[in-house]
Amino acid sequence: MPGNGNVSAISILFWGQRMIELSPWDLGLAASLMLLLALLSHRLQLKLAKPLLISTVRMVVQLSLIGLVLKVLFSTEQALWILLMAVAMLLVAGREVVARQHRRYRGWWAWGLGTGSMFLSSFTLTLMTLLVMIQADPWWNPQYAIPLLGMLLGNTMTAVTLTLERLTEGAWQQRERIEGRLALGQPWWVAIEDIRREAIRAGLMPIINSMAVAGLVSLPGMMTGQILAGAAPVTAVQYQILILLLIAAGTGLGCLAAMVWGSRRLFDERHRLRLDRLESPRS
Amino acid sequence: MPDPLLRADQIAPPGMTPVSFELQAGHCLSLSGPSGCGKTRLLRRLADLDEGTGDIRLNGRKQNDIAAPQWRCNVSLLPAQSPWWLDKVEEHFSSPPTLEQLQALQLPVQCLQQAVAQLSSGERQRLALLRLLQQEPLVLLLDEPTAHLDETNTLAFESHIKAYLQAHSAAAIWISHDAGQRQRVGDQHIVLGAADD
Repeated sequence: MPGNGNVSAISILFWGQRMIELSPWDLGLAASLMLLLALLSHRLQLKLAKPLLISTVRMVVQLSLIGLVLKVLFSTEQALWILLMAVAMLLVAGREVVARQHRRYRGWWAWGLGTGSMFLSSFTLTLMTLLVMIQADPWWNPQYAIPLLGMLLGNTMTAVTLTLERLTEGAWQQRERIEGRLALGQPWWVAIEDIRREAIRAGLMPIINSMAVAGLVSLPGMMTGQILAGAAPVTAVQYQILILLLIAAGTGLGCLAAMVWGSRRLFDERHRLRLDRLESPRS
Repeated sequence: MPDPLLRADQIAPPGMTPVSFELQAGHCLSLSGPSGCGKTRLLRRLADLDEGTGDIRLNGRKQNDIAAPQWRCNVSLLPAQSPWWLDKVEEHFSSPPTLEQLQALQLPVQCLQQAVAQLSSGERQRLALLRLLQQEPLVLLLDEPTAHLDETNTLAFESHIKAYLQAHSAAAIWISHDAGQRQRVGDQHIVLGAADD
């Protein structure tokens, strides 16, 4: 097995034929494009130069480090390290969901809702894929497990964030309507039904969009990576279809869990709307 | 005296002085007091929309022993602004109100087919009452229900409520700023004091 663990996690998933190595000059040229963009935005006073450069540096540092981590991880024979890595990925994703919420749930719910939903969807689907579909030897082979989980977690994270955001914001803005419906004797799940529907829609819209235009407008990133790495296009397509289906199922499950748990938490056992369980937004 | 339909013993939303009263079937209790004294919060407490202390019983059964949605079907709040969550008026009714009901509240028949946004706030309020009465509640909680109605419509509204209370042996708690209205509709009166905080 070649030891070039510093390529992106995506193209690690499957090894094609020999790949053209990138020289530092190639990467430097691509990085100078960011400098050009930053210079332009500075001249136009868009105030985007700083965040652009910071996120560029973050991306390069994070990916380089993960390249090293993956290199070590791929050479290990111990499932424990893979598990630790998976848990760390989940926790980081859970933290990101909390950080993106405008009106957070109070207490550990803010963190637990997002993390629980992502755990339920991403971990189960990754397990099923590894055990039933890919059947690598051993089944937890990091070369498959880590990129697969990463892709599912990344997409579920966005979807769960959007779902929770729409749910809490919708409940806040339509609190009078919800309480009026409760006053008519409707159970809580009826009183909030349209907000629940909107929340799921918001969460699933990105994946529905990308499935609808896949191959027509955009070539999905994983497939592009594999083809660049020299894989046969037909094989790359098969895996891309698998991945997109898994992402759609994973985000769907994650959004459903976040919607069900999240909306349940907005009401108490007497079907009262409990917006005091949300924090006020920070400015 | 027969057993009261609704009995409230030392009930108080958070931060309010406790209130106790009994309400017989067919009676109407008027509720008044300065703005901010907690009239609306008291109704919300009775409808179990807010937590609070005290004991509330309907026909002798405790509030907590009845599932919350069922309680609110029996002890129904008509808020100052009732919600309309679908486009058309008729979509909010399980069965359309009868011609007599519409005429009793001086509503035109065609208002059922209209979009909610086209109605005046007074029309919306009267339609919200019809929607609420379809569930045949035992206790009506009315939060300044005639604030957007002119005099003719106000009187029609009052007599419609009175007729309902008699026909269904129901009772009502009516928040009103109008002393004349309190005299017309109320059999009992409670005046809440200013907020004590």
